[in-house]
Amino acid sequence: MKRFSWFNVTALTLGFAFLYLPMIILVIYSFNESKLVTVWAGFSTKWYGELLQNEAFLNAAWVTIKVAVFSSTLATILGTMAAYVLVRAGRFKGRTLFSGMIYAPLVMPEVITGLSLLLLFIGIGLDRGVLTIVLAHTTFAMCFVSVVVSSRLVSFDNSLEEAALDLGCTPLQAFRLVTLPIIAPAVISGWLLAFTLSLDDLVIASFTSGPSATTLPIKIFSAVRLGVSPEINALSTIMIAIVTIGVIAASLISKQASLRQQRDEQAAARG
Amino acid sequence: MAEQPVFAPWNDPSEKPLIQFQNVTKRFGDFTAIDDLTLDIFEKEFFALLGPSGCGKTTMMRMLGGFETVTNGTIKIAGQDMNKVPPNKRPVNMMFQSYALFPHLSIYENIAFGLRRTSMDKGAIDARIAEMLKLTRLEKFARRKPHQISGGQRQRVALARSLAKAPKLLLLDEPLGALDKKLRQDTQFELMDIQEKTGTTFVIVTHDQEEAMTVASRVAVMDEGLIVQVATPDAIYEAPNSTYVADFIGDVNIIEGRASQSGNKTKLSWAEGQPNIIGTTTRTFETGQTCHFAIRPEKVAISVEEPTKAANKLHGKILDIAYLGNISTYHVELPTGHIIKAQTANTRRLARRTMTWEDPVWISFTDTAGVLLDR
Repeated sequence: MKRFSWFNVTALTLGFAFLYLPMIILVIYSFNESKLVTVWAGFSTKWYGELLQNEAFLNAAWVTIKVAVFSSTLATILGTMAAYVLVRAGRFKGRTLFSGMIYAPLVMPEVITGLSLLLLFIGIGLDRGVLTIVLAHTTFAMCFVSVVVSSRLVSFDNSLEEAALDLGCTPLQAFRLVTLPIIAPAVISGWLLAFTLSLDDLVIASFTSGPSATTLPIKIFSAVRLGVSPEINALSTIMIAIVTIGVIAASLISKQASLRQQRDEQAAARG
Repeated sequence: MAEQPVFAPWNDPSEKPLIQFQNVTKRFGDFTAIDDLTLDIFEKEFFALLGPSGCGKTTMMRMLGGFETVTNGTIKIAGQDMNKVPPNKRPVNMMFQSYALFPHLSIYENIAFGLRRTSMDKGAIDARIAEMLKLTRLEKFARRKPHQISGGQRQRVALARSLAKAPKLLLLDEPLGALDKKLRQDTQFELMDIQEKTGTTFVIVTHDQEEAMTVASRVAVMDEGLIVQVATPDAIYEAPNSTYVADFIGDVNIIEGRASQSGNKTKLSWAEGQPNIIGTTTRTFETGQTCHFAIRPEKVAISVEEPTKAANKLHGKILDIAYLGNISTYHVELPTGHIIKAQTANTRRLARRTMTWEDPVWISFTDTAGVLLDR
């Protein structure tokens, strides 16, 4: 059988078109000269220039990055701790309940999470701003981190930690010097996951943000309601580029790491 | 010529044991892993805990290391009660079955790990690591990571790391389980050599009876949380105290019968129409008591002609021959249906062998060749 029969090629084209056509159109129109989004009037990068002048967008971008960094860091710390306890404590009464409670926010509708957090913040009299968004994002990103880290911890050889204790470490030292360095890749990917989740969250952020702090997704959403401007297209293109570069870089790094390991093992086998 | 002093502190009542298990019991829920166990292990011993999986040997070792708590009783190391002492405060190091080398650290850093937790200065640490690398012949691999060396080398790193802090007691959990047979035999002698050089007390857990016999000064045979017998390897082999031990260590023929004793000779009536088996024992058996006669295959002679002088002789026919190169094991079926294994060294070439399948033969053994056991 030919690998590239007409059927295979058509299926491939249709599939990819379905996935990427909308984005390609968006990227093309971001270079449109015209102010009207749907009418092509020649190539230009002027909307990118104007974007850099737009104070409101830049502010929102800055808030978004601050929120993402703080909330993902906090979520990583809490999520790793939760995963560690759940995996290590073994079987105890109510273990299923506890793990279920940690993973429940994964399937909880975001609207409900957002609303409940909003009620809490109003209840304790916390002014809505960067802090409240950070807390809200930490809450829902933490369970994702905990899932990623605990799946790594399950396959972690417990005797490594026992060996560290045996050689004179306190339990805290054993975690810091042995466990953490070994599970670091999972912790880092948990952090990245939390970071991207926070970066593109709209629903929870719209419940917990206040007039003093608006994130980029909220800004884009509200701007689009007043009509799509070519500026938004430019902004979206930049975001697509950043995400694409990030994904490619991450896969290249992991591929290189596995290649290096393979080389090392071959070297070892040769003696 | 002065007699070489025999290393046997367990026979010297003035000797203080290094490790004392005093009525130790360990339960996991309803399951009793260790049942009221009392045992002394002495300094400089190479002590083997031997038993099938699930007999509690690993639990005993983990209790010594501090990874399991004791349900009842006391464990003392050098006279000090260890029950409340965490693993990092014990004068004990452990070599794990999986080796548990830290994959993110080099061989050098792995060995240094325990030393860096002490107040030793840098120069002394470096000197100690150099010494350990030399002892385990790993000098060339110091900069490599654990996944860059072979299984045998990893095993030596694990040993070097656990010996680096010069512990009073080294625990080895199935240390050679992951090595192939040839390498395992070499490593056994290496372990004995290192144990002798460092003077450390070794406690090894193994299910491999050959390994236990090779390396250990004393062997404890365990079964279901109990120690069945503690003795030197030769005593375990020559004078097992039960059919369990006789069967677990090496190959054995066991014949059940009823005893009748006169002096230190015991007659065992074991089948209708067959002559009684005559054995020597230091125990006293009541007349009619059920007992077991256990004899090793290599102590059973096999011949075509009827032997004249043997204390015990039985007639049968060859059922099977297992040729192992240096020795052959003959399975001889007696008219009663019992199958007795007899082993002979193949000092002549195979073509010159006088016996083959289905041949009628005589098996014989002296009255001191076997042991009589009451359980």
